[in-house]
Amino acid sequence: MAFLELSALQKYFGANHVVRSFDLDVAKGEFVTLLGPSGCGKTTVLRMVAGFETPSSGQIRIDGRDVTALRTSQRDIGMVFQAYALFPNMTVAENVAFGLRVAGRPRAEIDAGVREMLTLIRLPDLGGRYPFQLSGGQQQRVALARALAARPKVLLLDEPLSALDAKIRVSLRTEIRAIQRQLGITTIFVTHDQEEALSMSDRIVVMSGGVAEQVGPPFEIYNRPATRFVAGFVGTLNQIAAEVIDAGAGRLAVGGAEIALGRAIPPGQGTVSLALRPEAVGLGGRPGDIRLAGEVSEVSFHGSVVRVRVEVAGGSIAVDTFNNAASRPPAAGERVEIAFAPSDVLILGD
Amino acid sequence: MTRFLAWAMFLFGVAYFALPLFGMTEFSLRMRRGVYSLDAYRVVLGDPQFQATFAYSTVMALLTIVVGVLVVVPTAYWVRLYLPRLRPVVEFITLLPLVIPPIVIVFGYLRLFNTSSWLPLTGTAAGTNLLLLMGYATLSLPYMYRAVDNGLRTIDVRTLTEAAQSLGAGWATILARVILPNVLVAVLSGAFLTFAIVIGEFVMAALLNRPAFGPYLQLMGANKAYEPAALAVIAFVVTWVCMGLISLVTRFQKFTPAPR
Ligand SMILES: Nc1ncnc2c1ncn2[C@@H]1O[C@H](COP(=O)(O)OP(=O)(O)OP(=O)(O)O)[C@@H](O)[C@H]1O
Ligand SMILES: [Mg+2]
Repeated sequence: MAFLELSALQKYFGANHVVRSFDLDVAKGEFVTLLGPSGCGKTTVLRMVAGFETPSSGQIRIDGRDVTALRTSQRDIGMVFQAYALFPNMTVAENVAFGLRVAGRPRAEIDAGVREMLTLIRLPDLGGRYPFQLSGGQQQRVALARALAARPKVLLLDEPLSALDAKIRVSLRTEIRAIQRQLGITTIFVTHDQEEALSMSDRIVVMSGGVAEQVGPPFEIYNRPATRFVAGFVGTLNQIAAEVIDAGAGRLAVGGAEIALGRAIPPGQGTVSLALRPEAVGLGGRPGDIRLAGEVSEVSFHGSVVRVRVEVAGGSIAVDTFNNAASRPPAAGERVEIAFAPSDVLILGD
Repeated sequence: MTRFLAWAMFLFGVAYFALPLFGMTEFSLRMRRGVYSLDAYRVVLGDPQFQATFAYSTVMALLTIVVGVLVVVPTAYWVRLYLPRLRPVVEFITLLPLVIPPIVIVFGYLRLFNTSSWLPLTGTAAGTNLLLLMGYATLSLPYMYRAVDNGLRTIDVRTLTEAAQSLGAGWATILARVILPNVLVAVLSGAFLTFAIVIGEFVMAALLNRPAFGPYLQLMGANKAYEPAALAVIAFVVTWVCMGLISLVTRFQKFTPAPR
């Protein structure tokens, strides 16, 4: 049985149906990310788990206990907010101690717990500082320590990294994940940053319009998107319009050229979208690849990766190639041939 | 030219406030013929009635502050958290004591709580003291509410509340440990204003016939020459000390960046 169970959760704000029949089972110790565009209801789901919003219908169970009707303070959760939300009147140590104090733990236990937490977030010497004396990254680590100090059953994080600058954001990802693993705490993480979601999660829930579009591990979400929305939202996706010649044999026409996928495609469609990740497309190609001719329209250099945009019949294709000091990337205006393996092509229905 | 005008206005303003003050202070020092002395102050401070009324008003002021904090802090917090759209309404209500003269409030009290009413508070000294206290709390409402509401504006009330709730805290804990400490400076500035107002209040104390400092001031003013001037200076100093304390506490808060 799942450790955290959300079943048929719904939420209306007035007439606005913000969360529609949301189901999710999270195993003990699992790190699950809610990913989706702004306004899709991620925060609302998280706040229902926290008890800050009451579901219009549905049920929330934590460790086998129905908590749907319980107040936040009785749910045994830890929460980290985008805006840190440290208590400005308390020192770092007092902030971290807050949950333990409220729970009425003995003094010695509180002190030990605070010391352990501060070590865990690698700020063992800053216990006496006030929040305004810390950097944003440090404040968010303290907020994490505060949420974890009383050993809650579930950790909830709502875009905890969004307010930080790029470098700290990336390093804190690893740190949060490491701490989460070390404590084995069941975690729900909310973000609209797909890179964050892909790099941190055991499983991702891609949400859109209050519905979970797909639930799965990052590898699966990225490589086998279940819907067009997921395919478009997670990662960059090239789409080429193609006409179906023979669905059973997987033969299609792109512009004037005919290509063969070597596998059947779902029947009953006149045109389909062929979707390709930029890293699945190359400019050289191997034997057996499908090739399409086109013209380079733009080249951008990202360090280890060079992204070349090629206009082919049926669409514009972004091609990611690894930087290679020995060979110069093509220039805009050059005619090139793009190549991709038939097995890398995703067929998107509606 | 505009600079000159600005300075002229400023000097006029200073003179407008400073000259009477100067005159009064100077007069209060002239009790002994021909030389300046503190005789008037000695007489006033040695007067047992002064000591009694001043002590009474001080205690009343402190109690008013306590009542004000207990009423205003939770109310302002609650309104900010759950009824943000009612804030203008609540603000208007707290302003009413500035619009409605105290004498109206007192007559209202006397009608409601006289000795032949269902709650004859005016029948005993303690009951009347309680009435006066409530009257004072009402008078302090505009200042207290504004100060506390301003204080609440500087913190993210909602998120801090939710953070505390997620850590298992209930309402009492949140108010006492999270909200109050963060608005303490604001509360203190409201408190000092309240203190300054209550110390010199006349109408309510006189009509309820309580031995407060305000009526004592009036009594002295009607019957003596130098002493009232000295009293006025003393009252003025008390007020200004309160004002000074307001800016002082603002400066000595540990957990906010030091003001430049
Ligand atoms: N308290 C509220 N009252 C009314 N509508 C609300 C309330 N909170 C959220 N909504 C609406 O619900 C929808 C989903 O909001 P939610 O905050 O869950 O989105 P989100 O996925 O977290 O977006 P973001 O990435 O911008 O944080 C939005 O359309 C929002 O306007
Ligand atoms: Mg959100």
